[in-house]
Amino acid sequence: MNTLLERRGTRRPRGRPLLYTSYKQDMALLDTPAKRRWLIALLVVALLAPFMLTDDILQLLAVGLVASIGAIGLNIVTGYAGQISLGHAFFLAIGAYTAAAISGDPDGKVIGFGVTSILVWLPAAGLAAALAGVIVAPLATRLRGLYLAVVTLGLVFLGEHIFKEWDSLTGGPGVGRPSATVELFGVRLDEAGAYSKEQKLYLLMLVLLVLFAVLARNLTRSRVGRAFAAVRDRDIAAAIIGVDLRRTKLLAFAISSFYAGIAGALLYTVTGFFDPGSFNLLLSIQFIAMILIGGVATVSGAIMGAMFITLLPRITRELPGVLPFISSESKDTPNVFQVETVLYGLLIIAFLILEPRGLFGVWTRIRNYWKAWPFSY
Amino acid sequence: MTEFWQSVARGLGNGSIYALLALGFVIIYKSTRVISFAQPAFMLSGAVLVTYLAGEVNFFLALALSAVAVALLALSVERVAVRPMVGKPVFVVAIITLGLDIVIRVIVNGFIGLDVRQVGDPWGLRTVDLLGVPVQQRYLAMLATTAIMVAALFAFFRYTRFGLAMRAAAFDQETSLAQGVPVGAVFATSWAMAGGLAAIAGVLVGSGASVDQNLWIIALKALPAIILGGLDSLGGAVLGGLSVGLVESLVGTYQADIAPWLGQNFAVVSPYVLMLLVLLIRPYGLFGTPEVERV
Repeated sequence: MNTLLERRGTRRPRGRPLLYTSYKQDMALLDTPAKRRWLIALLVVALLAPFMLTDDILQLLAVGLVASIGAIGLNIVTGYAGQISLGHAFFLAIGAYTAAAISGDPDGKVIGFGVTSILVWLPAAGLAAALAGVIVAPLATRLRGLYLAVVTLGLVFLGEHIFKEWDSLTGGPGVGRPSATVELFGVRLDEAGAYSKEQKLYLLMLVLLVLFAVLARNLTRSRVGRAFAAVRDRDIAAAIIGVDLRRTKLLAFAISSFYAGIAGALLYTVTGFFDPGSFNLLLSIQFIAMILIGGVATVSGAIMGAMFITLLPRITRELPGVLPFISSESKDTPNVFQVETVLYGLLIIAFLILEPRGLFGVWTRIRNYWKAWPFSY
Repeated sequence: MTEFWQSVARGLGNGSIYALLALGFVIIYKSTRVISFAQPAFMLSGAVLVTYLAGEVNFFLALALSAVAVALLALSVERVAVRPMVGKPVFVVAIITLGLDIVIRVIVNGFIGLDVRQVGDPWGLRTVDLLGVPVQQRYLAMLATTAIMVAALFAFFRYTRFGLAMRAAAFDQETSLAQGVPVGAVFATSWAMAGGLAAIAGVLVGSGASVDQNLWIIALKALPAIILGGLDSLGGAVLGGLSVGLVESLVGTYQADIAPWLGQNFAVVSPYVLMLLVLLIRPYGLFGTPEVERV
């Protein structure tokens, strides 16, 4: 905890919590008392939530927590390192299938090795996706900007084709396969026991999200994180001051894909089943939307965005009650599914034009308003 | 041999559609340095508009009307959502066009519904004998339309005053602005042209087949075409489009016999494989300008 709450060495003068007297204090993850208090409050609420909320909402929140891990991953490569990737769905798919294959039933219709411990398949899923990221990264060192965007978009189509055709692994389109079996120290987390399945999965996802969020936050304030930012802001200038472009881009893709692999492995454990058709361009766009709406190059923004996009369908499903001309049947027009998709698009456009810093920027503005109150203008 | 030539004809026909779409992408890229991911939506709107006009007016009139209407749509979209972002990073603008694509497509899908619609083209699936090879008329029509459009475009850029202005703005925006080129009008025109081209492409895709909600996927195949030809080369876009069409068609015909392990429908993704291969060798496409960076 020493790095989190730096207290040793030079002490802060009493009553001056925002005065930094050492670099360590300046670089601390939680550098202000307000951040510390808010984080603790948020964690307490998040830990109490599974015992207060109903299972269907918990399920949604669990998906949101996993999506946050994936969004943090995309933010590392796109937000921090500035390499536009539309191929996130591909890496999610690799993680999902690695995990499902390792933990799957050996006697089932699809490939499975029966190793159900999460301690085995979760790192394996991350590493498999990271490996794919390393293979793709050389393209990123040769290509810049939108060329890279189009190539990663091609990757999604290729991946979709491979996973649809490889039906001994994926079950084929329209059929799908069961997702990874979640077992930790002999306890099945995806079956109801003393606690419900949703409660256990929610807590698992929460612990993992906190772990990966802290790791990412720590990464971004390190030498590697600064190298990412330098490459994003001006790659040639970065190369001149001694940042190895190839190595940095490789690392960015590997780490981002690792996060995507972890997220992919966990994403479908909540629903228990998944189809190769779900790893399409729309999934990639949803993740792009998460980081843009949440806030580019911020960890907390990625989490906010992921939660927002995951909860959006739930909110739009309530719309027919408020606006009677919107139908909840998919065969009528306009229906909630159309409204939901249009909202993705409109929100992306609106945030980019009006608040490029996303929800994180909105939060910063609100915070600054009250910080200076009553002299805010 | 007949199978081969038929496959070539199909490839060139579809390829000319990709070429039209690719031209739209390249025109927008040259003037604004942005890849507009909204092209699929414009293509779909063009096709759907013609399915509604088809019963009312002559097919060719419907085609022209729809091209003009979609060009106007593209123009207004540029004005509302893209113009405020001039000077912002291209990534941001590209993502905005992605958002636009989703919004327009969902709205247009509402007009398609779950059924398939016909564009009412005069060709259908009729064939014509060409040197002993039966070739579908619609592929010839696609090729002819594209040839006319490409000739018109090249003449426009080469011989008209505004074409020259557009070339100047593509070369250097600030200098051309200083010389009195209305750069804003250049942006608007390039979007309108791209929209019109996409609409025509959409109608051609629908000819002999039908228009349904999945039509837009075809527009994305123009992306390998532009990368192949180089993002800023009009000639490269045409050649890229044609070669993507050819490769796709030939792979579709022969891959099942030669390499069945690649799976069914490999032809659909073969353009992307082609794109990856070309990029590994030439990172700026076959005809693109290598970017020279100065710090």
